Amino acid sequence: MVHALILAFEQATSRRASARRADRNTIMTGSTAGAATLATRKAMAATSRKQKWKAFALIAPLALFLLFIFIIPIAMLLYRAVDNPEVIQRLPRTLATLERWNAQQAPEASSYVALMEDLQQAKDDSGSGTLARRLNYEISGYRSLIFKTIRRMPFESDAPLNAAQVKQKFLEIDARWGEPRYWQAILRNRSPYSSYYLLASLDLQRNLDGSISRVPPTTSAFLSIFGRTFEISALVTLLTLVLGFPLAYWISTLPKRKANIVMIFVLIPFWTSILVRIAAWIVLLQREGLINKALMGMGLTETPVELLFNRTGVYIAMTHILLPFMILPLYSVMQSIPPTYQRAAVSLGSHPFGAFWRVYVPQTFPGIGAGTLLVFIIAVGYYITPALLGGAGDQMISYYVAYFTNQTINWGMASALGFLLLAGTLVLYFLYRRLTGRELGLG
Amino acid sequence: MKNTHKHHKGLHCAAATLLALAGCNMAVARDLTIVNFGGANGDAQKVAFVEPLQKELGIKIITVAYNGEQAKVKAMVETNNVVWDAVEVETADLGRGCDEGLYEQLDWSKIGNKDDFIPEAIHDCGVGTFVWSTALAYNAKALKTVPNSWADFWDVKKIPGKRGMRKGARYNLEFALMADGVAPKDVYEVLSTPEGVDRAFKKLDELKPSIQWWEAGAQPVQMLAAGDVVMSTAYNGRIDAANREGQDMKVVWNESIYDLDYWVIPSGSPNKALAEKFIKYASSTPAQVAYAHNIAYGPINKQAITQIEPALQANMPTSPENMKNALLSSYDFWADHGEELDQRFSAWSTR
Repeated sequence: MVHALILAFEQATSRRASARRADRNTIMTGSTAGAATLATRKAMAATSRKQKWKAFALIAPLALFLLFIFIIPIAMLLYRAVDNPEVIQRLPRTLATLERWNAQQAPEASSYVALMEDLQQAKDDSGSGTLARRLNYEISGYRSLIFKTIRRMPFESDAPLNAAQVKQKFLEIDARWGEPRYWQAILRNRSPYSSYYLLASLDLQRNLDGSISRVPPTTSAFLSIFGRTFEISALVTLLTLVLGFPLAYWISTLPKRKANIVMIFVLIPFWTSILVRIAAWIVLLQREGLINKALMGMGLTETPVELLFNRTGVYIAMTHILLPFMILPLYSVMQSIPPTYQRAAVSLGSHPFGAFWRVYVPQTFPGIGAGTLLVFIIAVGYYITPALLGGAGDQMISYYVAYFTNQTINWGMASALGFLLLAGTLVLYFLYRRLTGRELGLG
Repeated sequence: MKNTHKHHKGLHCAAATLLALAGCNMAVARDLTIVNFGGANGDAQKVAFVEPLQKELGIKIITVAYNGEQAKVKAMVETNNVVWDAVEVETADLGRGCDEGLYEQLDWSKIGNKDDFIPEAIHDCGVGTFVWSTALAYNAKALKTVPNSWADFWDVKKIPGKRGMRKGARYNLEFALMADGVAPKDVYEVLSTPEGVDRAFKKLDELKPSIQWWEAGAQPVQMLAAGDVVMSTAYNGRIDAANREGQDMKVVWNESIYDLDYWVIPSGSPNKALAEKFIKYASSTPAQVAYAHNIAYGPINKQAITQIEPALQANMPTSPENMKNALLSSYDFWADHGEELDQRFSAWSTR
């Protein structure tokens, strides 16, 4: 939808550009018809301005709708990828006392007093949960430390405690309060913006001295998951192209009525719910399923072939589900290619196959471009097919976005992963435009 | 002029409809909406909780099924547009939601006497719904050698074939340690150390080639029935439901991990009083007994436990026999280390 908007705007402005060109031509044709041309020029400028405003007026409702329903909410969600409000909101006094801390050993007693006041307030505001969760991302186990401490608050004592006694109380509750790294975790988050989520999405972490390094290999997963996502999408795109191109070509050579009937066969699965199709594939591909029974019945294999809960099943199902997205753009482009070019090439002495490859196929490039881009972008965002049909090592990045959104309510990570996926897709789209030098048009 | 008149009339009509709709939304009180995990559990709740209470109070109760997505609850509470009144949640979500103020603090005087409940069912923000168990399940029709511990699950020579396991770190790490010889009561202590976690992942490495991962509760039953796997970790209630439909699957109670689901009320729900009535009814003895008759999950009501026939009790996590060597899933451990271990699990599953 956004792209349609961009296209429409470009067309509107190009009309303005061509009007300007017409103006220049009028000027150059000579000043003898000066007064008349001036009037014509003014009239043309007026009409082109009216056309431009008409175009804007037509686009404006859709643009505003997109802005409020689509662009602004997505921007707000993506903002969560860098938003870091928890420590600033909940531990303001503690942060103030840590400003002059040397970060080498446990802080002064004043920090402990400030922390006690902040935690008491967090407890009263029910904000302790979000604070504990955020700090737990820094050091695993911080969560239970915070709750353990809060449970013992307010500190019981006969007389009001002085600063040293408060520090003593903290250390009694848990020795971890004496370790500098727990306080460094608090200090690290004094900025309202944090790079933690974005770095973690790329398997990086920020060290104590501020440098960035890779996360230990036992926990680094996201880079390989991104790679896996793009790899699966690329292969599925290739498979749909290989399977879809001959089919679209055949349909385009059929007479109109037969072509419509065959198109219905392409569209009916397209309109079926995706979960129904996935369930159908599970039934077909399982060890006792129809495909294995057929293969064994025909004598091609002795034991059932593993087609489910692995990469093969994911490829088969995704290709099947994404085929219509490849066939439809290809077909629409192929329909508009007149067969005369091929015939002309053959009549000029070309081998029919050569005529097909060198005359016909290049004319289908817009369709191929549109189809591959569409299939690739849809495949990159796929979630449910690998989740149900794939093994643990086949999950694509959307599965982890859903995991962080729904199961751990870590919307920072979900937004960071989503942002990186969006950025990667946009980069690929612009590369595509650079390489092909064309828009997402269909002819 | 005719055109503008029609134009104005059209605008008036549109404005009136909008106002009427808006007014409607605020005037009509919403029916009590309870949310559970659906499936066999949802059906049993319908028979035991929803329908009797609908009759008794003369109100309509809407049941919604979900798969645990707390994001919806968080979004509802944050936008102050709560449409769910009583929600069934897992232990981890109860703890996190309560800490973050997503759920109302409960007034136990409206729920019942705390002494009637098993101790694990009592919480500031939640009331236990039932006790369920994740255990080793196998198809008795297909498997001749009977497994009775996680060591058997890991022994591919004694019982060859694929095994089903839930996708994720939860439960699998505990099972791996138990297969490696750690007693159930020591599992979380060992798992709290980095060496313990390494040990669990190393043990999982041994079994990795034979594992088939499942995501939804219904999948292990499907996999066992189809013969895709010879043994699987599964929720005991789903296995029992399959048996009621004619399957012959068995659960190994030794070294199983039991846990509770809880009723919570999202903060800001307009039907809080009704929700409390619902929870009170669902925790009462007759409702709990009726529920246990429909699905093999253990009651949280002490009286109800004594009233269930021994034959049914044998299938439940709460029978003394089945609790003997079982482990209560640790909320604290998974709240602290859940994300970290899930991330490590993702990295491990890629290799």
